[in-house]
Amino acid sequence: MMFTLHRFHGGLHLDAHKEDSSLAPLATAPVPPRLIFPLQQRGGQNAEAVVQVGDHVRKGQVIARGDGPMNPPIHASSSGIVSAIEPRPLPHPSGLADLAIVIDTDGEDLAPAPEERRDYRQLAPDELRRIIFEAGIVGLGGAAFSTAVKTDPGHRAIDTLILNGAECEPYITCDDSLLRNFPQEVLEGARILMRVVGVERCLLGIEDDMPEAIRALREVQQTGHYAGIDIITVPAIYPSGGEKQLIRILTGREVPTRGIPADAGVICQNVGTAAAVFRAVARGEPLIERIVTVTGKGIKHPGNWLTRIGTPIADLVRYSGGYTGTAERLILGGPMMGISLPSDALPLVKAANCVLVTGRSETTGPKQALPCIRCGACADACPINLLPQQLYWYSRADNLQRAEEYHLADCIECGCCDYVCPSHIPLVQYFRAAKSELVAKQRERFKADHARERFEARQARKEREKQERAEAAQRKKAALAKPDASEIQDAIARAKARKRPPESAPTADAAPDESPPAREPAEN
Amino acid sequence: MRFNTAPAPHLAPTASTRRIMQWVLVAMAPGIAAQLWQFGPGVLINLALAIATALLTESAMLRLRAQPSRAGLSDWSAVLTAALLAVSLPPIAPWWISVFGALFAIVIGKQLYGGLGYNPFNPAMVGYAVLLISFPKPMTAWLPPTDLAATPLGLLDAWSAIAHRAGPAGSSFDALAMATPLDTLKTQLGLGRTMDEVQSGPLFGALAGKGWQWVNLGYLAGGLWLLRRGLIAWQIPAGFLAALGGLSLGFYLLEPQTYPTPLFHLFAGATMLGAFFIATDPVTASTTPKGRLIYGALIGGLVFVIRSWGGYPDGVAFAVLLLNLAAPTIDHYTRPRVYGHPG
Repeated sequence: MMFTLHRFHGGLHLDAHKEDSSLAPLATAPVPPRLIFPLQQRGGQNAEAVVQVGDHVRKGQVIARGDGPMNPPIHASSSGIVSAIEPRPLPHPSGLADLAIVIDTDGEDLAPAPEERRDYRQLAPDELRRIIFEAGIVGLGGAAFSTAVKTDPGHRAIDTLILNGAECEPYITCDDSLLRNFPQEVLEGARILMRVVGVERCLLGIEDDMPEAIRALREVQQTGHYAGIDIITVPAIYPSGGEKQLIRILTGREVPTRGIPADAGVICQNVGTAAAVFRAVARGEPLIERIVTVTGKGIKHPGNWLTRIGTPIADLVRYSGGYTGTAERLILGGPMMGISLPSDALPLVKAANCVLVTGRSETTGPKQALPCIRCGACADACPINLLPQQLYWYSRADNLQRAEEYHLADCIECGCCDYVCPSHIPLVQYFRAAKSELVAKQRERFKADHARERFEARQARKEREKQERAEAAQRKKAALAKPDASEIQDAIARAKARKRPPESAPTADAAPDESPPAREPAEN
Repeated sequence: MRFNTAPAPHLAPTASTRRIMQWVLVAMAPGIAAQLWQFGPGVLINLALAIATALLTESAMLRLRAQPSRAGLSDWSAVLTAALLAVSLPPIAPWWISVFGALFAIVIGKQLYGGLGYNPFNPAMVGYAVLLISFPKPMTAWLPPTDLAATPLGLLDAWSAIAHRAGPAGSSFDALAMATPLDTLKTQLGLGRTMDEVQSGPLFGALAGKGWQWVNLGYLAGGLWLLRRGLIAWQIPAGFLAALGGLSLGFYLLEPQTYPTPLFHLFAGATMLGAFFIATDPVTASTTPKGRLIYGALIGGLVFVIRSWGGYPDGVAFAVLLLNLAAPTIDHYTRPRVYGHPG
């Protein structure tokens, strides 16, 4: 079958380094002595512990709940005793601490009796979404966005589900490993997601440097239950696994600026998420494990591990034979966008796809940044078609308005510009700083506008009340003074004239016409 | 275990500014070799004088500006500026021409604006323009190409010409020098000669001027290599050569007795050096893809205008400097469409 692929601007051909970890077969990581579950699994939103210190928990039991659909529950990934609920460092470069549930495992791995198998075809999309939410499923591609929320098309018309198997970051092979070992779970998950989203078409994008995964998927697809699902190989160009890029490659559509994929008629899910959805819906299993790649020249035996969420990185490194003598930098995620961590005592959260420990030869030393020579290599590489050299100029000059005009907000922080810059300027850092400043400014502006509107509305109301009081007093006075008939007539006429436009007369707490209408709270 | 943290991306960079400057210098080699072969070793002396002056000047300026001078010198940009200026100079220009040009290029053209990356004008062309305006006579006195010269100059002869303005074995210095083909063309046409008469002169070769055509072929080869390596954007040389070639073809077809062939324009003077090495200076050129094409085309067009109707025989330096002025505006109006934005 012919399928037309579309190109996105820029991108990079990077050395993949995938064979380091993909040659070893997938292994199951043992239950570590201690599991750690940060209550903050995704930036900014905290779940609340529903267990107490001393409680015995079973595998799969809910231990923390969030406050809304964006914040799915967290489950214990093995059985044991809750030994602490206390601040622990987060997997974040700052090493900042936040509340975490610590479970000392008992090695029994006790689980409740398995739920009955359910036929998802009997279940309505809303019910499926509830199951997905209750199973604690978030996007496993890295952003950890609530899958229940993301699969809800709302009022938007969706015609395509995209499954993202384009693992474009070098070194990472967890999706490759998943597709090779569990192709059926992924395709079954795709069918469930198609039903949840309400579409007949699913495009599974996979990079052409994963031949075994492609073969495994096609073999399962041969069985014939997968109508509407197309497996499409895409060229291995970084960042073709970026959501916006993959949507463009597979459909030719673009996610509008400030929009979401659903605005382009598409919902995009990682292949790992699809497998998790299948397990949750068909087997009643919550999200308590995922495949994590452990690789890099700093690791003795690179490979992929089926790992329990909450496993400390140090344990997973130990299972991989430990560090080599050249281990230099610990990175969570890939080398282009991953975050560098200060310590391996940190636990793996749901979004953790790769532990990369670079050797001395692989990583950059402290680079001396030279002045920008406007060579434009960054603009050639940018997958969004931005002009990073201009954005850099404006970001440095604190000219946020210009940076905004040049669409700073559209930067996806993929690192392409940074990587190709011959002057070794840390462009992404500049853009990230300028972006957060821009967001802060916008929030301030919004707050100021809001405060001003409220103040003006209040002033207008006071003014009106004063006037009404004065008029009431006048009417009273007029009524008290014994007026003759003509004066009474006049007063009635005056009162009528004043009352004439009753539709436009403002009620006590609505803003008067001349002041701007109170604004709806912004969606974001 | 504890680790030091660093921001992404974590991969070692593959490119460096210094490496780019060095590769551009390497790419100049075929052109310089052709100059050496056709016009004698004077070009080497000019190069040595200009590079030494530029490095000393750059170092002194960085010290005055309290900038780290080792980092500033190690980027090789001063060397490249000096080299571009030196190969544009007549091979027997007096020594102070190279020295003054390089000094002016680095001080006024580059460091007073803030150094590498901040200069709005191509420093080498700033130096060249100042020399051409201030010292027109030594700046237009070129040597005849090797096969026309009665006695080809050796290294010592070239040195004595450059250092003391003396010809070999007591012959007069002025007898050495000669006008360039572009210059001759302009003067002769001004005297009312036809193109056929002018081009039958000894200075003219198969493509363009004798000697000059080889030099242009040399820089073309180096330029194509730069393109292949992705060190320069194709749009600038393509725009430059297309505009110059197109305009000259049009006028040549209209009046072949007044206008030289497009081939002559493409292989005369500083055409190839300008198209691949000077107009492509990233700092001062346009940086958007469409902008680069426009920028290159406008330079090529202006070169034709200056050569045909202007007061100077060539026009690359002035065309580049004038378009440097326009680069920010061109960039502003040629921003590419950003992903997710309407076209």
